[in-house]
Amino acid sequence: MTAMTATGGSEERAGAGGAGEGTATRGLYERLKAYEGRPAATAGVGKDPVNAAMIRHWCEAMGDVNPAYEGPDAIAPPTMLQAWTMGGLSGHQGRSGAYDELSALLDGAGYAAVVATDCEQEYLRPLRPGDQITFDAVIESVSERKTTKLGTGHFVTTRMDIRANGELAGTHRFRILKYAPPPARRKGPPTAQPQPQSQPQMQSQMRVQVQALAKARRPRPVINRDNAGFWEGVSRHTLLIQRCGGCRTLRFPWLPGCQACGSPEWDTVEASGTGTVYSYVVMHHPPFPAFDPPYAVGLIELAEGVRMVSNVIGVPYDKVRIGMPVRLEFRCVDEELELPVFRVDETLQRPVSRGEG
Amino acid sequence: MSLHRPDALSGRAAIAGIGATEFSKDSGRSELKLAVEAVHTALDDAGLSPADVDGLVTFTMDTTPEITLAQAAGIGELSFFSRVHYGGGAACATVQQAALAVATGVAEVVVCYRAFNERSGRRFGSGVQERQPSAEGAALGWNLPFGLLTPASWVAMAAQRYLHTYGLTPEAFGHVAVTGRRHAARNPAAYFHGKPITLDDHAASRWIVEPLRLLDCCQETDGGQALVVTTPERARDLRRPPALITAAAQGAGRAQEQMTSFYRDGLTGLPEMNVVARQLWRTSRLTPADIDVAILYDHFTPFVLLQLEEFGFCAPGEAADFVAADALPLNTHGGQLGEAYLHGMNGIAEAVRQLRGTSPNQTPDATHVLVTAGTGVPTSGLVLSRDGAGAPDGSSDSAPGGPPDGP
Ligand SMILES: [Zn+2]
Repeated sequence: MTAMTATGGSEERAGAGGAGEGTATRGLYERLKAYEGRPAATAGVGKDPVNAAMIRHWCEAMGDVNPAYEGPDAIAPPTMLQAWTMGGLSGHQGRSGAYDELSALLDGAGYAAVVATDCEQEYLRPLRPGDQITFDAVIESVSERKTTKLGTGHFVTTRMDIRANGELAGTHRFRILKYAPPPARRKGPPTAQPQPQSQPQMQSQMRVQVQALAKARRPRPVINRDNAGFWEGVSRHTLLIQRCGGCRTLRFPWLPGCQACGSPEWDTVEASGTGTVYSYVVMHHPPFPAFDPPYAVGLIELAEGVRMVSNVIGVPYDKVRIGMPVRLEFRCVDEELELPVFRVDETLQRPVSRGEG
Repeated sequence: MSLHRPDALSGRAAIAGIGATEFSKDSGRSELKLAVEAVHTALDDAGLSPADVDGLVTFTMDTTPEITLAQAAGIGELSFFSRVHYGGGAACATVQQAALAVATGVAEVVVCYRAFNERSGRRFGSGVQERQPSAEGAALGWNLPFGLLTPASWVAMAAQRYLHTYGLTPEAFGHVAVTGRRHAARNPAAYFHGKPITLDDHAASRWIVEPLRLLDCCQETDGGQALVVTTPERARDLRRPPALITAAAQGAGRAQEQMTSFYRDGLTGLPEMNVVARQLWRTSRLTPADIDVAILYDHFTPFVLLQLEEFGFCAPGEAADFVAADALPLNTHGGQLGEAYLHGMNGIAEAVRQLRGTSPNQTPDATHVLVTAGTGVPTSGLVLSRDGAGAPDGSSDSAPGGPPDGP
C-alpha cells in the first residue's frame, strides 16, 4: 500500500558517472545486470509465527503506544513486516547463491563497502498473531554506476514478498549501495558494515516515513466479518443494502442482526443508485493530508430509504444543498480504494424524502 | 434507571466536595498527577481525607486507572470502582454510579474524576483516520474514507439538517457561544476569563466545518476535575452544604451511534437525551419551570439548542430564540466553550457551586440545577438540589413535566 523513501546515509548524485565509464566497467555492469530477476532468498519461513510477544517488544523499542497493537483484536505494526522474516541470532536460512555471487562480484570490483540507503514497504493486509510467515526475495535491480558522497558504486534493490498463511501480505523493497569509498576518506576501514536490517536508526526512519506517506492516502474503510459483504459489493460495482429475513426491513449500516425485530437472518438488495442529499457538511479545518479542504461530505438518503455517508461530486463544495438528487457512481480514489460516491443529477425526479427532521 | 417508572435513587446520595486543577493549554504534568491533584482538592473541599475513600469512578477514556489513582493519592482499599463509556456522555453517569454505590451501601465515599492533557497531548479535535475492525471501530469506519473525520464534522451533519428543517442560518448558534463567553468573562477560573464575545465575533469567526464556525466549537483543555459523592447523612456532617442528587439518569436511543447517529429518523433531535430527560423529570417530579440553572453540555453550540428542546424548555426549532431571550441561566461557569473542556465534569462542579451560592455568576436562591453530559453519544444527566428543597408542591407520578414520553 505505501511507497516510501528513507535516505539512509548516501545522497545520490544522479548522472554523475564521470570518468572510468570504460569498456571494463560496462562489462561489469552487464554481468551485474544479469542478476536482476534472480532469487535472493527462496522459500524462507519465518522462525516464529506472528506473535504478541514480538509485537510488544517491538512497540516498546519503538515507543509506539498505538492501542491497535495490543488486546484481543491486535494487529502487528505494519512496519514489523520484515521483522517476521529475520534470521535472528541463529542466522538466515534460504539465502540464495545468486545474492552471494552478486555481492562477491561487487566486492571483487572494489565496491566492498555497503550502506543501506532506503526501503519501501507495501502492506496488503494486516498481520495478526498466529499468522505463519513465508517469504521469497528477488534481486529486482542493479543500478548503473553512481557516484555519491560516500563514494562510487552500484545500488542493489531486492524485493521480498511476504506471505501470511500463503496469502501475499506485503512486500519489502530494500536498497543498498555497494561502493568504493573515495581515497581521501579512507582514514579508517570502510565504515562498519552492519546487517542493514538490524540498524535501529534505519527502522525508526522507516517508521516515520511509512507513517508520513500513509497519511497521504484516504483513511481505509474499517472492514470486518459483519460488513465485508458491503465492500465486496462495492468491488463488483453494486451497492448492497441488507434486508432483514424476519421483517424485511432494509438497513444500513451493515450489522449481523435486525434492529427492528432482532432476526439474524438477512439477505441483500442492490440499491437502485438514486437518492438525495439528506444533509452535508463542508470540511475546512483541520486539514488532512489525503483531502484538499474545503470539501463537502454528504449524508445520502437512498431511494430505498436508508442513508449512508459519502461524497457528493459533480458540483463545487459550496454548491451542495439538502434535497439535491444524486446518482451512484464508483470512483477510484487511489490504486487500491474504490468508493461509492454520488453525483448530483438534476435530471432525476426528486424522490420524496423519508419522514422529516 | 428505568424507561417507564421513577427510580428509587432520588435523594439518597449527595455531592459533598468538588475540586479541580487549573484549566490550561499545557499543564506541564502527567494526567495521573492532574487526577490526583483534583481528587485531593475535592476531598479537602469536603473535609475528607484520602483514607475515607472506598470507591472511585471515571471514564473508560481516562488514562488513569482507579487503582493507580488510589496508589498515588493515598487511598487504600476500594470496595467499588467503575468506569463509564462513550466519552463525555459518561460525565453525569459517573455521579450516578457513585450514587448507586453509596445508596446501596456498596461504598460510602466515592470520588468521580476525569483528568487529561487534551490540549497539549492527544487532541480530540485533530480527528480520526483509522479504527480497528471491532464493532465499535466499524461503526465509525463508514465515515472515514469519505473524509468525515472530526467531532465537529459529526455534529455539523446534524446541525445542517436542523438549520434546514427550521429555516435557520448558522447565526442561530451564536447565542449559545455569546452566553457561554459572557459567563466565562466573569469567572476567574475560566480560560476565557475577561474575554467576552459578540454575535458579530461569532459570525465573523472562520469556518471549521460548515455550518460550524470556530466560536461554535469548545476549546481544548488540560486539567482535572473531581467530585466527592457520599450519603446525604454523612454529607450533612461535612464542611460544605450537600448538593442532593435528586435524579440521575443515563440514556441511549434507538439506533444509537457514537456521534454519527445519521441513520435514525430525523437528525434534529437527541433521542438519547430524551431518554435522560424523561427519567429525570419522572424521578425528580420537577418540570422545566422548576429548574433555576441549566448546565448543558456544550462541546459544540448546536446540541445545546437540541437539548433545550428535548428537555421541554421550548418547542422544537425555538431554542435559539429561547437562548437569545436569556430566559434561563445557562452554563453559568462559561461552559466548555468558555471555562474549560473537562468532558462535562466541570459543569457538574458548577451546578454544585450554584446550590452553595458560590458561582461566579450566581443565580439567587438556586434550588434545582439540571446538568447534562456529552451530546451525540449515549449520555447522562443529573438534577441536583439544595438540601431540604424537596420536590415542588403539586407534582405527582402521573403528571411529570417536560416533553411527552416516547414509545
Ligand atoms: Zn427484522
